[in-house]
Amino acid sequence: MPTLTYREALNEALSEEMERDDRVMLMGEEVAEYDGAYKVSKGLLKKFGPKRIIDTPISETGFSGLAIGAAMYGLRPVVEFMTWSFSLVAYDQIVNNAAQVRYMSGGQLSVPIVFRGSSGGGLQVGATHSHTPENWYANVPALTVITPAFPDDAKGLLKSAIRSNNPICFLENEKLYGYKDEVPEGEYLVEIGKAKVRREGSDLTIVSNSGSTHRALNAAKILAEQGISIEVIDLRTIKPLDFATIAESVAKTNRLLIVEENKPFAGWGAQVAYQVQRELFDDLDAPVHRLTSLDVPQPYNGRMEQAVLPNEDRVIAAVKEILA
Amino acid sequence: MPAADPAVKNAKANSSTRLPELSPQQKIELFRQMVEIRHFEEKAKQAFQQGKIKGFCHLYNGQEAVAVGSISVLNEDDAVITAYRDHAHALARGSDANACMAELFGKITGCSRGKGGSMHFFDVKKGFYGGHGIVGGQIPLGTGLAYAQKYLGTNRVTLAYMGDGAINQGAVHEAMNLAALWKLPIIYIIENNEYSMGTTIARSSAGDPLTKRAGAFDMAAIQANGMDIDDVRAKTFEAVSLARTESQPTLMEIKTYRYFGHSMSDPGNYRSKDEIEARRKSDPIELYKARLLEQKVATEESLNAIDEEALAKAQAAYDFAESSPEPAIETVYEDIWTPEDQIPEFQPSQR
Ligand SMILES: Cc1ncc(C[n+]2csc(CCOP(=O)(O)OP(=O)(O)O)c2C)c(N)n1
Ligand SMILES: [Mg+2]
Repeated sequence: MPTLTYREALNEALSEEMERDDRVMLMGEEVAEYDGAYKVSKGLLKKFGPKRIIDTPISETGFSGLAIGAAMYGLRPVVEFMTWSFSLVAYDQIVNNAAQVRYMSGGQLSVPIVFRGSSGGGLQVGATHSHTPENWYANVPALTVITPAFPDDAKGLLKSAIRSNNPICFLENEKLYGYKDEVPEGEYLVEIGKAKVRREGSDLTIVSNSGSTHRALNAAKILAEQGISIEVIDLRTIKPLDFATIAESVAKTNRLLIVEENKPFAGWGAQVAYQVQRELFDDLDAPVHRLTSLDVPQPYNGRMEQAVLPNEDRVIAAVKEILA
Repeated sequence: MPAADPAVKNAKANSSTRLPELSPQQKIELFRQMVEIRHFEEKAKQAFQQGKIKGFCHLYNGQEAVAVGSISVLNEDDAVITAYRDHAHALARGSDANACMAELFGKITGCSRGKGGSMHFFDVKKGFYGGHGIVGGQIPLGTGLAYAQKYLGTNRVTLAYMGDGAINQGAVHEAMNLAALWKLPIIYIIENNEYSMGTTIARSSAGDPLTKRAGAFDMAAIQANGMDIDDVRAKTFEAVSLARTESQPTLMEIKTYRYFGHSMSDPGNYRSKDEIEARRKSDPIELYKARLLEQKVATEESLNAIDEEALAKAQAAYDFAESSPEPAIETVYEDIWTPEDQIPEFQPSQR
């Protein structure tokens, strides 16, 4: 199996899906001639030409709304946000139009669209550029929210997302673009809405997503050396939530730590914690614990930012607290 | 996007650039449409006052010549999108009055199955893409319809309506820039009724006339008298021709006036009765009626008969809406997602 970076895996997904269906096109700032701010669309302009790889002005409301309208008319646009932090400028279009027109029209319209781009903190780009807005979008009925953590999932989930007939928010992680791993060649689809056990263990379950899955896995490795066995579930899709996979694991380990980069108040982990206490109360040997970013705007300073994120040290401390 | 696709170029050679002369029957048909819309709105007003229609309900009285006139120059497969003051656009597009009234009543027979309400009419089969409640938010969508029309080589065009208040939204300016930049076949129509809720245009919008906003984008701009359906038709036809033959956008400002409050909840204290009375003197339906009589296209009796028929049609819509069933509560879970065909394992029922 070839080894690809997360970035290359996304590129492969885009390229394969565009070859398959000429209603699929990619639109966003710097996606064409610049090859993408994070080079995810590298080479696509050459391959598909300017009709299908479209550089937009810096105009998130305008081009997001335009792409939604085009989807309502039968195209299957992929919209790249340079980062998801900038999607806030297009929030109205995504929430009020992409997510609601099918319902408000009594099912007359479809919006087959993928919004994608980088997200997350840890690169010292400050408060305006470091958001992890998956919980904001997951709160909107009709939106599907995907956050891949590994190159194989990045490819397989993006291909599935592009084939969906419904609006999808696909949040990549800026820190993972260079991460390398094996990725199946060609037709490789990952089912949307399914979590994956990325490490098996027996003492405690960690549920995480995106960059936090890597933090959890790093912490689990260190804890294993100390004789603590952690099971790590990578959610992959935030909404719909794959509760069955979580439940199966918690029924086995009886302890749950949620690690998410969201700020604490009403992050997706709060939903997981709610469902676990509601349905698995008797299986729990300890209260569910949530580890999130600290409830402060993202600081620029590197040491401060690391302290704000749910870093490995904080994960290890939380595990020990639960097991104590 | 490519400069011009072959379909657009061919159309240029074929399509006429002169507004075709209307037959007497066609003129009478336009009159009928305006009168039907007026009676529909009167009936909606009555139903709202009876408590049968809830929420917000924005009436179109006074503005009929704008929707009817502009939509009358379209082909059946062109697209229309507007804001929440949308009853007339749907009806002018040929939507069933019964289904429209039923939507106001929140019934399952409504044009949006009771899920949209007054502000969110949809009739995609008739090329009507809503019915949108966020001021200005429909304008990027309309621009996307035009984008897809061009991408797919359809040689169709889009009319995207907004109020004079909406023109100050950033979304509108972003969309206009994209349309000019990418040469999209769209006509932006500002229905300038001089008020956004209670705010006069003088208090909301710098720069007069509003068509000036097109200048920054090198976009064609044109004004029309919204009380005169023939003027609306002539000017819209020019803009539609430019979109169809050159794939170029236009910003239109159509001057009009609404007779009732902003919505049914607005007592209208910000303007005087005298002002409204004065403006009613240039009523678009009366004006057209006088013209038809003058041109001897119709007789007073025949036009009065149309008025009677329109009244009966509005009453029939009311009766239909009232006797229609409520949606079953379970339908609240329907129409959220489109069924999947390319990833069949991820069906709406599994979410
Ligand atoms: C983004 C947004 N802000 C405010 C409102 C509330 N609102 C609804 S209509 C309206 C006035 C709009 O006036 P105009 O664009 O002139 O259209 P008209 O009502 O005259 O047809 C306002 C403020 C809204 N629906 N959306
Ligand atoms: Mg107005």
